[in-house]
Amino acid sequence: MSAKMAIIKRELQGYFSTPIAYVFIVIFLMLSGVFAFYLGGLYERGQADLSPFFTFHPWLYLFLVPAVSMRMWSEERRSGNIELLMTLPVKQSDLVLGKFLSAWIFVAIALFLTFPIWISINYLGEPDNGLIFASYLGSLLLAGAFLAIGSCISVASKNQVIAFILTAVICFLFLLAGLPMVLDFFNAWLPQFLVDTIASMSFLTHYISINKGVLDLGDMLYFLMVISVWLYATSLVLDMKKAD
Amino acid sequence: MIECKNLSKVFNQFTAVDDLSFVANKGEVLGFLGPNGAGKSTTMKMITGFLQPTSGEIKVCGIDLFSDPIAVKNKIGYLPEGAPSYDEMKVCDFLIFIAQMRGIPKEMIATKVDEVIERINLNKVYYQRIETLSKGYKRRVGLAQAIIHNPEVLVMDEPTDGLDPNQKHDVRELITSMAKEKTIIISTHILEEVHAVCDRAIIIANGKIVADNTPAELENMSKYHNAVTFDATIDFSLLEEIKAMGCVRDVEYDAKRKKTTVFPAQSIYIFDEISAFLKKHKISVTRLSMEAGRLDEVFRNVTLDDVKEVA
Repeated sequence: MSAKMAIIKRELQGYFSTPIAYVFIVIFLMLSGVFAFYLGGLYERGQADLSPFFTFHPWLYLFLVPAVSMRMWSEERRSGNIELLMTLPVKQSDLVLGKFLSAWIFVAIALFLTFPIWISINYLGEPDNGLIFASYLGSLLLAGAFLAIGSCISVASKNQVIAFILTAVICFLFLLAGLPMVLDFFNAWLPQFLVDTIASMSFLTHYISINKGVLDLGDMLYFLMVISVWLYATSLVLDMKKAD
Repeated sequence: MIECKNLSKVFNQFTAVDDLSFVANKGEVLGFLGPNGAGKSTTMKMITGFLQPTSGEIKVCGIDLFSDPIAVKNKIGYLPEGAPSYDEMKVCDFLIFIAQMRGIPKEMIATKVDEVIERINLNKVYYQRIETLSKGYKRRVGLAQAIIHNPEVLVMDEPTDGLDPNQKHDVRELITSMAKEKTIIISTHILEEVHAVCDRAIIIANGKIVADNTPAELENMSKYHNAVTFDATIDFSLLEEIKAMGCVRDVEYDAKRKKTTVFPAQSIYIFDEISAFLKKHKISVTRLSMEAGRLDEVFRNVTLDDVKEVA
């Protein structure tokens, strides 16, 4: 078994050996259902699609994903295990990737467990299953981007509460970058092309476009790029912060 | 074998390790001594590749740490300070995880884990979660983790800190039993440990090496080296007479315990002279002994000197 696989396995076991995993999964399943049916009116709309279900994922992730990512590194630093990990004959990139992937797999498991809603909608009507698949993929990519941000923040702070709050705030900014409330703030003092750049970085814009079924390679690449950049930043911060 | 050349580490403005050079050979147990904050742990963290030195060179088994860190990490077993481990894991799962991370082939892992469990005596807690273990067992798990791949070099940061005397004894026996075929560095501030396990001791203060000797040589540096102590009721006039002897530098008398310590001039051997003197004056002695030297006194001297120098 490669070192990366060993980390992924250990981290996943770590999630499930503490209540975090179960609390996360139960809350995610409950809220995603509640939001889809009560706020989204999934049933009343009379349409065989899952868009009310996926619409609320970014907002759920906004406070659930930081709860998963906050302990990713800060806990290792607090307990001193980081010294153990980083003196093993393993590349640092394997550590960063392994930890990120295990968190991503964990969220994917939670996401997979929403399958009853997919079965229900197929029982009720004839939805576009290709679109649903694309939406699931978009949701997973969005969670990945949040987790990558969380990984970087978690390595920067030994304090899990601070890691949680900062991650949520930064994710919130990235999510809403395309909306007027954020852009108006920059409009006043940034040149137009920079404002456009910020607007194009919005997670929400890319997420919605994937949800519409426009499986544009650009949108997917965008999320993968965000993940890579933040993981690279994690590695850099790790070098700076591991000793204190 | 470990070679460190001109090793320095500066945190912000603070110099934790200052131009350290030493070599630790195979078959040698090298002890790092020093007050807290002297730079022992920082040096160990640099040797094991956790911290990047500000300047200097480190070679382990002839391999340069900075050109091939993975190869060096493969050769080293490391017990960090406080023996951290994953509390929520079972002992067996934790050791299997370390074995996997160390790239031990799948079919060998079970044997290696069993071997190390046997060696460190962890049979009783094999299926127990690490968080439920006593301090002594936790430390042993840390040791097991460090030697599971039978490393050529073993670096242990305060391996016996916080253990009870029996556990300390066990850990020391284990270290001694492995000493022959490995290079071992341990850090400690327990001076008896130096006698018990170390072939050589380096005393570090303020990031600098202030002494690098065998424990016996360190004792020679003590003013108590070859000093003669006896317990007896003795007249002050006789004490003065002893003091006047050519081979005696000084005499200390503890009136409460009736204990006299005679310090020799230039640390020479004066046991015979003193015992002959006592016999001649028919003084009945309840105890008569010669001291090898006191490490704690040497330790205080060399480390405090250094503080004064800096101040």
